Amino acid sequence: MLQTKQLQFSYNRNQVMNFPDISLQKAEHWLLLGQSGSGKTTLLHLLGGLLSPTNGSIVIGDTEVGQLRSAALDRFRGKNIGIVFQKSHFVRALTIGENLALAQQLAGLKPNRERILELLERLNIADKYRLKPDRLSTGEQQRAAIARALVNHAPIILADEPTSALDDHNAQEVINLLEEQARAQGSTLLVVTHDKRLKDRFPNQIEL
Amino acid sequence: MLLSLVLFALGVGLISFLFLVNRQINEKFEKNLAGIDLVIGAKGSPLQLILSSMYHIDAPTGNIPIKDVMPYLNPKNPFIKMAVPLSLGDSYRGYRIVGTSANLLELYQAKVNKGRSFTRLMEVLAGAGAAQELGLKIGSTFQSSHGLIEDENLVHGGHDFKVVGILKPTGAAIDQLLLTAAQSIWEVHEHGGMGVAPAIEEEEEDHHEAEHQKEDSTELADPDHDHAETTQQVGPVALTNQENDYASEDHSHDDDHLESITTYPDKEITSLLLQFNGRSITTLNLQRMINQNTSMQAATPAIEITRLYSLMGVGQDALRWLAFIIMGVSGLSIFISLFSSLRDRRYELALMRTMGASPGKLFSMIVLEGLLLSVLGYLLGLLISHGGMELLAGEMKAAYRYTFTGRIFLVEELYLLIGALAVGFIAAVIPAIQARNTDISRTLAEG
Repeated sequence: MLQTKQLQFSYNRNQVMNFPDISLQKAEHWLLLGQSGSGKTTLLHLLGGLLSPTNGSIVIGDTEVGQLRSAALDRFRGKNIGIVFQKSHFVRALTIGENLALAQQLAGLKPNRERILELLERLNIADKYRLKPDRLSTGEQQRAAIARALVNHAPIILADEPTSALDDHNAQEVINLLEEQARAQGSTLLVVTHDKRLKDRFPNQIEL
Repeated sequence: MLLSLVLFALGVGLISFLFLVNRQINEKFEKNLAGIDLVIGAKGSPLQLILSSMYHIDAPTGNIPIKDVMPYLNPKNPFIKMAVPLSLGDSYRGYRIVGTSANLLELYQAKVNKGRSFTRLMEVLAGAGAAQELGLKIGSTFQSSHGLIEDENLVHGGHDFKVVGILKPTGAAIDQLLLTAAQSIWEVHEHGGMGVAPAIEEEEEDHHEAEHQKEDSTELADPDHDHAETTQQVGPVALTNQENDYASEDHSHDDDHLESITTYPDKEITSLLLQFNGRSITTLNLQRMINQNTSMQAATPAIEITRLYSLMGVGQDALRWLAFIIMGVSGLSIFISLFSSLRDRRYELALMRTMGASPGKLFSMIVLEGLLLSVLGYLLGLLISHGGMELLAGEMKAAYRYTFTGRIFLVEELYLLIGALAVGFIAAVIPAIQARNTDISRTLAEG
């Protein structure tokens, strides 16, 4: 489902980051562990198509992501990759429902109200559909962010430190939800973190 | 954002208001030119003579004796196509009463809508606007007052004017006038010494004494009143047709009742509007001749109006520049607010990129925002200018007796829309380029 080969990236000439080859199968759940500064966010951005690698290849499904250029890459990303960020950000002027509809629209899909409500229902925040993001608590915002990552049935879900800003209870809940929802739609899940609390949760681990 | 919008609306509104005022004033001035080549009147400011005789917005310069303008009133004069005498200075509830001859209608191509033109003494043909505002109908009667402002103390008592006709609207100054024969004006000012139309004779007798005293006191208060000198020279107005050298052909239909004013060389009129039979050396010299050799003055409307335009033009230019500066500043303010709001929205933009938005999409989003702001500002501006015009129309009407309206839209306003869109686009383009170039990875990493 997701393979990288001899992935290299450099912000400048003196500093070249090399990443180990990884290979994730469909519906597998992986944990990517690493200290701050070890380049795990860079790797996540490479995998998510937010950065282009200097060298090497990334293949998602049967698409060579490194070959895609600008608009095509944006569309591909919108459809195939759902990203959950450490801090959940939304378009503040729009409601939660509209934010999710925007995610569908920007991926080139038709806004589907039923899909959005069903997802919010599953994440237990259906009553927040008409609220602006800043009216939600941190935990609720993180759930809404997960809903956004899932809304387009993306085959790959990338989560960047989804728990580091949360307390033990909420962290546990968020990771449960992520795993549950990814399993429910058969998505491949890669959680990037330095959060030691998650270490025992995932049998599949990559260390940077 | 709101500030930019208000500034933008202000700039647009000011420019559009200038367009509106300019267009409507020009239209009025042009309509009232009516092919008049020369205006003869008493000495004074030529502009004042033109304004009072053609546009009816300034005080008249004074009076001239008819005998001095006899040659121009002669229909056999080969150089003159039409000569229209005007006797000004009286009004009814702020609307000017103009003593004239029937060919004034021809000059302005005005048509009688209801009733007929004035053919006897004290008969009035009302302009469409004046009739409507004053509620005059055929058969209505009223008394004039001396001077051009409403003043109950200056009413010429005893002499009832009677409305016999109402004009179709023309859009020219004539709409706001009450037209009557020049003789009627003399009649009012001469205390009924002349023969009067039978219909009002009885009433005339009753009020004669009281009115006499009133007139005298009025005269003291108003020393340059002009009617005293003509009182001794009254003779009964012959209300029968009489062969007369000067009888105008234009008057053939009303000669039954009123004679040509040339019958009274010692009476006075305020001014004379002349239309020439083409231009020639003679007509070109006429103005200079009158100004140099007589106690009257002659003024060319086209020249005076051009002078007036150039006087108004300075103020208009200044206002226009001010409006453009306001629009420029509002453009700058749109630019600044878009630019600074980008800082806050960087993350949102990066987020949209991760959700599948292309750089071009972000670019067009920001440009659209600028355009939307400018269109909103434009609409708000038009609302301000047209609404303001409508509100001011009443006041301008009271001041100038001209009707203005905010309910017309001009082609210039379409250009203004294009200009507004251009300002919105230019203000948005740099922020939009920045949005397009958002480094998603770095922005999200900093998140």
